[in-house]
Amino acid sequence: MAILEVQHIQKTFEKTQVLKDISFSMEKGQTVSIIGSSGSGKTTLLRCLNFLERPDSGMIRVNGETLFDSSVPAAGKEREIRRKRLHFGLVFQSFNLFPQYTALQNVMLAGQLLAKEMPDYKIHKKEKLLAIEQQAKDLLGQMGLSDRMDNYPHQLSGGQCQRVAIARALALTPDILCFDEPTSALDPELTGEVLHVIRELASKETTMIIVTHEMAFARDVADHVIFMDDGTILEQGSPKDVIEHPKEERTRQFLSRFHQETH
Amino acid sequence: MQLIIEQFPIVIRSLNIGFLQTLKLFFVTLIGAFPLGLVIAFGSMSHFRPLRYFSRFLVWIIRGTPLMIQLLIFYYFPGLVLHTPIWGSGESGRFLAASISFILNYACYFSEIYRGGIQSIPVGQTEAGLVLGMTKSQIFFRVKLLQMIKRIVPPMSNEIITLVKDTSLSRIIALQEIIWAGQSFLKGSQGISGAIWPLFFTAVYYLIWNGLLTTLLGCLEKRLDYFK
Repeated sequence: MAILEVQHIQKTFEKTQVLKDISFSMEKGQTVSIIGSSGSGKTTLLRCLNFLERPDSGMIRVNGETLFDSSVPAAGKEREIRRKRLHFGLVFQSFNLFPQYTALQNVMLAGQLLAKEMPDYKIHKKEKLLAIEQQAKDLLGQMGLSDRMDNYPHQLSGGQCQRVAIARALALTPDILCFDEPTSALDPELTGEVLHVIRELASKETTMIIVTHEMAFARDVADHVIFMDDGTILEQGSPKDVIEHPKEERTRQFLSRFHQETH
Repeated sequence: MQLIIEQFPIVIRSLNIGFLQTLKLFFVTLIGAFPLGLVIAFGSMSHFRPLRYFSRFLVWIIRGTPLMIQLLIFYYFPGLVLHTPIWGSGESGRFLAASISFILNYACYFSEIYRGGIQSIPVGQTEAGLVLGMTKSQIFFRVKLLQMIKRIVPPMSNEIITLVKDTSLSRIIALQEIIWAGQSFLKGSQGISGAIWPLFFTAVYYLIWNGLLTTLLGCLEKRLDYFK
């Protein structure tokens, strides 16, 4: 069974239709890369999956559970949406770390707040908080940031910030981790270290959707590539098919610069 | 000079009493205007149009007219025009009227500072909180509030220091604050009359108090320097 099914998603802002009938699905453990020019609707699609935007129509299903269905009257209670959101994690282009918290606190905060809502929180408070702290330390360790845990975001490089943000998203163990151009705000050197940790996550079969402009990275790391253009999925398939041998003229045109550079 | 030395203890005692009233008005205004300003700020950012328009209208009226006129209207309008003197007589009535005028006036200024502080926080902070499953109030209190406080400390310090001096406007309704106390020796009080120096000397009180506040607020600003 597909871990994620997206069917006929449409979204219009003011008068511009940003998403025109988007459908795709993915399997558990897969990495899907979404490529396409700016304004093609990639980010809006990720924002719809994370309930930051509400699609006008369509359906989103995770593990067989329908999270969103425009034909059913909106069960748009904050509580419900919060619960559904936790199926997804999102890593932003601009990191969006909380500046007043250390790297470790950034990773722990959401977990601590969610633990407080559990009915047995008061009884097992100490153990729970310790477990959250241990998990956060392990995640930061995986990101190669063991010696940076007590630094504030402004004391970290962009690449380190983004790695903290990835750890923060992983801390809530989402079914699907989404990346919205995670390296677009970074210089080539820092881009490398962030791509490295995403590669490691892919090798551990983390289910991921990555919106990126790094074509070589998309080709190497993705199991499935989606090319979006003007709010539609123009072409999708294996990286080999879509990136090396695109069928559509528009895809070829988009990838022409990349191919010039690599040949 | 000899005369001033003789007058000094008498004058200082009166000025101290006056300054106590000044401080009382200062603290009551802050205690009332800090929370009321936040309420007005949320009102003027509300998606509910009537509330938003009302809040912005109120801010426009209060910021657009002199505090001195607001004091006069608040104090005299109920009694002289409506014939229902709600403030009661004497110093306590004047203090109540002055407090309400000052709280409302400063709340409107504070609300604009709050609004600027809240709106200057990037929307990415809210979105990061949302995707991490936080509630709106958790996002406000755990993520945005401290960042907002950091941003509003400098403009707030400005307003607080202005408030110290603005309390002197309550002289217009004869509140017995420090200016009133200093002025009393001009007309004659406790055997001293025609003395202008006590009025000038009140400036020292304002200066010392504002020096203290500036240092204190500077410390607060420094304490929030640990993040950017």
